[in-house]
Amino acid sequence: MRAFTYERAASVEAAAKAVASNTEAKFIAGGTNLLDLMKLQVETPTHLVDVNGLGLDEIQSTPEGGLRIGALVRNTDLAANQVVRRDYGLLARALLAGASGQLRNKATTAGNLLQRTRCPYFYDTNQPCNKRQPGSGCSAIGGISRQLAVVGASDACIATHPGDMAIAMRALDAVVETVKPDGSRNAIPIANFHRLPGDEPQFDTVLERGEFITSVVLPAPIGGKHIYRKVRDRASYAFALVSVGAVIQPDGTGRVAVGGIAPRPWRVEAAEALLPKGARATAAALLADARPTEQNRYKVDLVERTIGAVITEARG
Amino acid sequence: MKFDKPATTNPIDQMKVVGQPIHRIDGELKTTGRAMYAYEWNDAKQAYAYGYPVGAAIAKGRIRSMDVSAAKKAPGVLAVVTTLDVGQREKGKFNTAKLFGGDEVQHYHQAIAVVVAETFEQARAAADLVKVDYAEEKGVYDLKEAMKSAVKPDEKQEPDSGLGNFDGAFAAASVSIDETYTTPDQSHAMMEPHASIAAWNGDELTVWSSSQMIDWWRSDLATTLGVDKEKIHLMSPFIGGGFGGKLFLRADAVLAAFAARETKRPVKVALPRPFIMNNTTHRPATIQRIRIGADRDGKITAIGHESWSGDQPGGQLETAVNQTRLLYAGANRMTAMRLATLNLPEGNAMRAPGEAPGLMALEIAIDEMAEKLGMDPVQFRIVNDTQVDPEKPERPYSHRDLMGCLKTGADRFGWSGRGRPGARRDGNWLIGMGVAAAFRNNMVLPSGARVRLGSDGVVTVETDMTDIGTGSYTIIAQTAAEMMGLGVDKVAVLLGDSRFPVSAGSGGQFGANSSTSGVYAACVKLREAVAQKLGFNSQDVVFEDGKVRSGNRSVPLAEAAGPEGLVGEDTMEWGDLDKTHQQSTFGAHFVEVGVDVATGESRIRRMLAVCAAGRILNPITARSQVIGAMTMGAGGALSEELAVDTRRGFFVNHDLAGYEVPVHADIPHQEVIFMDETDPMSSPMKAKGVGELGLCGVSAAIANAIFNATGIRVRHYPVTLDKLIGGLPDVA
Ligand SMILES: Cc1cc2nc3c(=O)[nH]c(=O)nc-3n(C[C@H](O)[C@H](O)[C@H](O)COP(=O)(O)OP(=O)(O)OC[C@H]3O[C@@H](n4cnc5c(N)ncnc54)[C@H](O)[C@@H]3O)c2cc1C
Ligand code: SF4
Repeated sequence: MRAFTYERAASVEAAAKAVASNTEAKFIAGGTNLLDLMKLQVETPTHLVDVNGLGLDEIQSTPEGGLRIGALVRNTDLAANQVVRRDYGLLARALLAGASGQLRNKATTAGNLLQRTRCPYFYDTNQPCNKRQPGSGCSAIGGISRQLAVVGASDACIATHPGDMAIAMRALDAVVETVKPDGSRNAIPIANFHRLPGDEPQFDTVLERGEFITSVVLPAPIGGKHIYRKVRDRASYAFALVSVGAVIQPDGTGRVAVGGIAPRPWRVEAAEALLPKGARATAAALLADARPTEQNRYKVDLVERTIGAVITEARG
Repeated sequence: MKFDKPATTNPIDQMKVVGQPIHRIDGELKTTGRAMYAYEWNDAKQAYAYGYPVGAAIAKGRIRSMDVSAAKKAPGVLAVVTTLDVGQREKGKFNTAKLFGGDEVQHYHQAIAVVVAETFEQARAAADLVKVDYAEEKGVYDLKEAMKSAVKPDEKQEPDSGLGNFDGAFAAASVSIDETYTTPDQSHAMMEPHASIAAWNGDELTVWSSSQMIDWWRSDLATTLGVDKEKIHLMSPFIGGGFGGKLFLRADAVLAAFAARETKRPVKVALPRPFIMNNTTHRPATIQRIRIGADRDGKITAIGHESWSGDQPGGQLETAVNQTRLLYAGANRMTAMRLATLNLPEGNAMRAPGEAPGLMALEIAIDEMAEKLGMDPVQFRIVNDTQVDPEKPERPYSHRDLMGCLKTGADRFGWSGRGRPGARRDGNWLIGMGVAAAFRNNMVLPSGARVRLGSDGVVTVETDMTDIGTGSYTIIAQTAAEMMGLGVDKVAVLLGDSRFPVSAGSGGQFGANSSTSGVYAACVKLREAVAQKLGFNSQDVVFEDGKVRSGNRSVPLAEAAGPEGLVGEDTMEWGDLDKTHQQSTFGAHFVEVGVDVATGESRIRRMLAVCAAGRILNPITARSQVIGAMTMGAGGALSEELAVDTRRGFFVNHDLAGYEVPVHADIPHQEVIFMDETDPMSSPMKAKGVGELGLCGVSAAIANAIFNATGIRVRHYPVTLDKLIGGLPDVA
């Protein structure tokens, strides 16, 4: 970890400016991801802008019948919120499937969306990694890739977005609200929020430098059965090999977003239209462009089988 | 004292204190945070400096040059000591790869520098500024490739054994299997990382460390530093887990000593978590071929076990065929082990080395044979029981009750409820039961202790024995209390200090039996001293209720001690009872698992271990050892694997997020039963080891339960869902 200077942001606008004006500055919220990466010299900011004092920790209803979730609402509080539990069960379940109680107490809504990949090579500064050090190469291709992406990846990077919450957000059509360093406001549909790596895997999202997340908005509830199925090697405290977030309506139609297989929550609207036809058709369409490695080929099967289990559960 | 005849009746047999379920006497210190672990020693008068290690960024090659100028200029930095500065050193006797010194890089994250600063954070930041120019060389990192050029190691490692005509009997057997199994590299992954504080005073060195074996560390540290062993004072009173990873001197102590010498300050060095996987030792991966032949009644006629493992040049075998030489009957036998040279980090002992990975394979093979014979796997094991060393039938077992373990376990577990493979279901779960035998040899090592009787009537035990979380403090207190006729509240135990008599240390499940025997021997001396002082005939003296009695004269121990107190010191030495008799510990593991029919996730539902391990010195601490070991076996079966990057030569998942040990949710229910037995051949304690037995066989029992649940036989650990998914029923 490098030595760093530290300031408490006085306002959202000031926070955005402070980070935009210093290429070595970063926001810090719960710190559960950023500090770990700093200790390993993966992230090396020399200035931290602490945003914890900015409020933004409320969950309010919107005039459209949805919810506005403050960027600093802790994962624990979000999962426990009565309205979330009643109308957006998928989100509560995805949150509770992630990390541990202690981490969720600290982790924030914005920080969770921005958590970085768990590709093991990304964590080791001795190893080439295009995401950490653009142009150095990708160690995971031809290396250990059991956890990594089967779809949406590129020749430069096959990392996944490792989180759970974003999978639910994607299925629920959330919108990420931000303030840019020039003070303007922006609303980014979650579908466009995480980038595919292409040849610039260093950028996980479309956020500009200094662009600050203020809240995440959920549209009005859509009913249906909310299921989050996380598949992992141990029963708790592990990242998903595959996770399926779904909202299934009584007529068998619904939405499905998949985690653990791509650089962003993987949802293909044309594929989920096939849900009434069953898991095989849905998974085939979802993974039409899949390019698995030898080590993660099993995920192709696993996605289909897990969607199958989710459909069965929704019927039951 | 020399133990060379079977034990007869002795004061331990009273079992007033020994064998009683006494809570750990150091428990309060631990739960209140007052037990001081290596890194935590803090003397307000000392100005500690902090060392942060730099590990090699390549797996094999040489260091051409190092540029430490930026690191030296960084804020707070006191010194940078590099491997080139200290030059080639003599290696410790127990180390295969060197720990520090010289320009050669033998494995990834081998220590190449330590940066010392006023604070930990400054040292860590500056460590990143050390620039190294390497001449990288090609290495060998893939066991599967390297096994082709594996060699037979020297005879001291006992690579081969056999009896009868294996090939002929195997070919003629009516039922047989010939299968290959693999176990991956595993990490000790103990909670407390390796950590040391070193402080020089002139030419005298004091080290606080986290060491399972005080005397081994002290000798090897002296060798590596090139100083006189007598000048080193090593302390390790509390240890946050070791599992074999702290048996041998490690880099933290060496780096701290060099750094302290350079800065003339006491220096603290802890290995960062990623170093645990690649800088320290690990359990080496194995490839094992097992062939078993039997007649239709299930009697084994031929049993063969070959194992390949790899290590650094000059390294050792993972002795995975150990148990196969001893566990089951059969007139025709062969075992063979071959060693490949690998440039991965050093492979070495991890909890139950040999038997743990060996049984992971053998006990699946036994299950496969039973399946093929159409026999119940418990019955198949019973049919092939032996009461003698099957390779040397003239050597009987000192005591062997594997049958009792299997039968008791089957009964208690409800084994008769096991169905055909793939036949039991509970909602989305396929349910299965598995069994495996547990087997681990009972080793003993010489062990010394000193006991003082104070004028306050308190007995203080001093021995360099360590407590790595196992309960040594408690069982040693119980032993001294029993011998001296006291309660444990009147016994103080001081451990882990090189000023105390050299003990067996903690490893190979020899610690409990050996170290308490050493305390027994010292107490015999003290009892004699007391008797002599009082003019009693030591033969008919009774130590009871804090008093010493002979005939109708009874004297409080405190009074007998006198103002100066009395001391007894001795070392337990061992005769050849373990040569004339095979001494081992036995058990049976029963496991029920559920396998998710859609995803192939395997989750344990309940586990039972039945252990026959001689006298159980304390059922609470022994149980704790066994359930911990069962948990480790669950990790080995289901998730633990150091992932080898065979191009770059290192373990990629070098943290606890990537190397998945079990969490609470993985272990819902565990039960342990100890057979009520004693083994007079093993020691005056009539006890044996139990800490490794608990691990032996667990993983195979789980793999067998998964087979019973799904009908899918996985022979490559860990049994993760990707290995099952292709064979599960259609759910779409
Ligand atoms: C051991 C462990 C296990 C875990 N397991 C899981 C798991 O199973 N599933 C899962 O989903 N997650 C898991 N996580 C990840 C965890 O969810 C994230 O660490 C957490 O959500 C990050 O939130 P934070 O507030 O602490 O973010 P921080 O660490 O504070 O920040 C993360 C990033 O977001 C940026 N940032 C923060 N707030 C804002 C803002 N308002 N606007 C713009 N940028 C901002 C920061 O600059 C930083 O780059 C695990 C983490 C750990 C350490
Ligand atoms: S997959 Fe991406 S994160 Fe992993 S090594 Fe390659 S570039 Fe780096």
